[in-house]
Amino acid sequence: MADFLQLFISGLATGSIYALAGLGFTLLWQTSGTINFAQGEFVMLPTFALLAFSAIGVPLPAAFALTCVLAVVVLGWGFKRGIADPLLRFGSMPVVVATLGLSIALRNGVRAGYSAEAHPFPSLFGDDVFRIGRVAVTSVDVGTLAAALVLVLATQAFLARTVTGRAMQAVAQDTTSAVVLGIDVPRMIFYTFAINAILACAAALLIAPTYLAKFDMGESLGTKAFFAAVIGGFNNSRGALLGGLVVGVCENLAAAYVSASYKDAVALAIFIVVILVRPQGLVGQRVERKV
Amino acid sequence: MTRQPRWLIGMVGMAALLVLPPFLRSYGLYLLSYWLVFVIATMGLNLTVGYAGQASLGHAAFLGIGAYSVAIVMKAGCSFWLGLPLSAVLCFVVGLGLGFPALRVQSIYLAFATLGFSVAALLVMRYEEWLTGGTSGINDVGRPSLFGLDLGGNLAYYYFVLAVAVVVAALLRGVLRSPWGKAFTALRDNPIRAESLGIDVRAYTLLSFAIGASCAGIAGALLASLVQFVDPTPFGLGVSFTMYLMVVVGGSGTFFGPALGAVVGVLLPEWLRFAQGWYLTAFGVAVIVLMLWLPGGLLSLPDRLKARAIAASRPRT
Repeated sequence: MADFLQLFISGLATGSIYALAGLGFTLLWQTSGTINFAQGEFVMLPTFALLAFSAIGVPLPAAFALTCVLAVVVLGWGFKRGIADPLLRFGSMPVVVATLGLSIALRNGVRAGYSAEAHPFPSLFGDDVFRIGRVAVTSVDVGTLAAALVLVLATQAFLARTVTGRAMQAVAQDTTSAVVLGIDVPRMIFYTFAINAILACAAALLIAPTYLAKFDMGESLGTKAFFAAVIGGFNNSRGALLGGLVVGVCENLAAAYVSASYKDAVALAIFIVVILVRPQGLVGQRVERKV
Repeated sequence: MTRQPRWLIGMVGMAALLVLPPFLRSYGLYLLSYWLVFVIATMGLNLTVGYAGQASLGHAAFLGIGAYSVAIVMKAGCSFWLGLPLSAVLCFVVGLGLGFPALRVQSIYLAFATLGFSVAALLVMRYEEWLTGGTSGINDVGRPSLFGLDLGGNLAYYYFVLAVAVVVAALLRGVLRSPWGKAFTALRDNPIRAESLGIDVRAYTLLSFAIGASCAGIAGALLASLVQFVDPTPFGLGVSFTMYLMVVVGGSGTFFGPALGAVVGVLLPEWLRFAQGWYLTAFGVAVIVLMLWLPGGLLSLPDRLKARAIAASRPRT
């Protein structure tokens, strides 16, 4: 039982990182219809930016702030203007292919230009172990989970409570009506790209201490983020949180009790069950098709 | 008017594929055979992506299922000619099984199901050592002979792969031309209208996916015998992505698109080898640039040029 709880908690911690990346992915999809297959690389790149800033002696908080600014410019604005804007009017296929190309380019660019090795990354939360009864909980897990939850909930509060956030939701639900209502649609779409970039930086900061910084870290992370988003419900921003946590926990439990080799297939299994039982995702709404 | 030059180019290309290979060195011949294998696989994928309009990101898994089926069957002492149809049938069945739940929901769910499938299939190849030999793979996969004709040589095997590619292309074309297959074209042009005309969109999409999977199975079977060695590496998620990329870059929903896309996916990285460690980065950038320039794929280039010519010849008002 103690083992089970430990696995459960560390699963929640990993899952909350999936949720961060998945939430950004969902937001991009909702407001602009962009499907970003380079989402994993959007987390990998800030990880290396953080490493690079640390290497030249910038303290971590400042490095994180700099990375966020850089990410908003490059992964937010640059990505939107360079790839999403010109291609979206041709449907989703060209964007998917361009982001696949982007992920290949970024992944191998970091390998060729920086390093093919896995780099250790300083932990934010120390390496203490708390004991509650017979359950041992690491400070990394608790800190990661808490930080990710705060970020996801803050993003949701921003979307639900602020005028800007509500305008973004309006764009997500019906772009045409949003234009009629006088909402600056391109600006709102840019905000989602910026939020996506910042969430990716946060995910980078949280995942790298445990999983190390490596050029191909984005591959499995990106996949998990997609599944987190789809399992929870692609058209609901709360879905990514639930989906991420479900995937993280099930993965950890399956690795321990079923088979460690097939850990990465767990997300697929959950996904297949979810679409058979509840196609719109765990908390998603059913969408009527438009002609 | 537009069709004739395209077919002419096709004929010239075909003639080149028949005449030139004897003059190639063995690596060139190998690359060309490799390219043809991917042409067969992406022709199948094109049916799913180009005609049924679904993104499928797990095609390398079907390629792998085909390759492993042939390798395992031949290791058990049976003939290649048993393995080849088995690969196709197995992929067809697996395709139905995977596509059925995924296609219950439209939009991009098939993309995610196939993506996950690609990951899961790779795990099976890697960890089920009793069946697949694990990471060390299966060695010494033989090449077949046909009616006493030995296909063991590189050139002979190349012509065999070319023949299979032509047969598969003809079959697919036959399917698309048949009254029954017209539904696929209707699906590509306007799925909602197709549905209102009584076409069961889901059934046809599922079928197109399964047929596409069995093409990949055939390609995989040929690949196993071409390389004479099977291991999990060429069937990873990255390859699945590359295959999807080939279809879209070539021009999805067009007949020659996959052949052109496979040139980009298989031969372009080879040409970019001069960039050494950077060659995959260069490849990724090339793909982005290509998409930005021609979102409809390479085969939309003639139409683009023509539209420009018409615009230029029109008197200014």
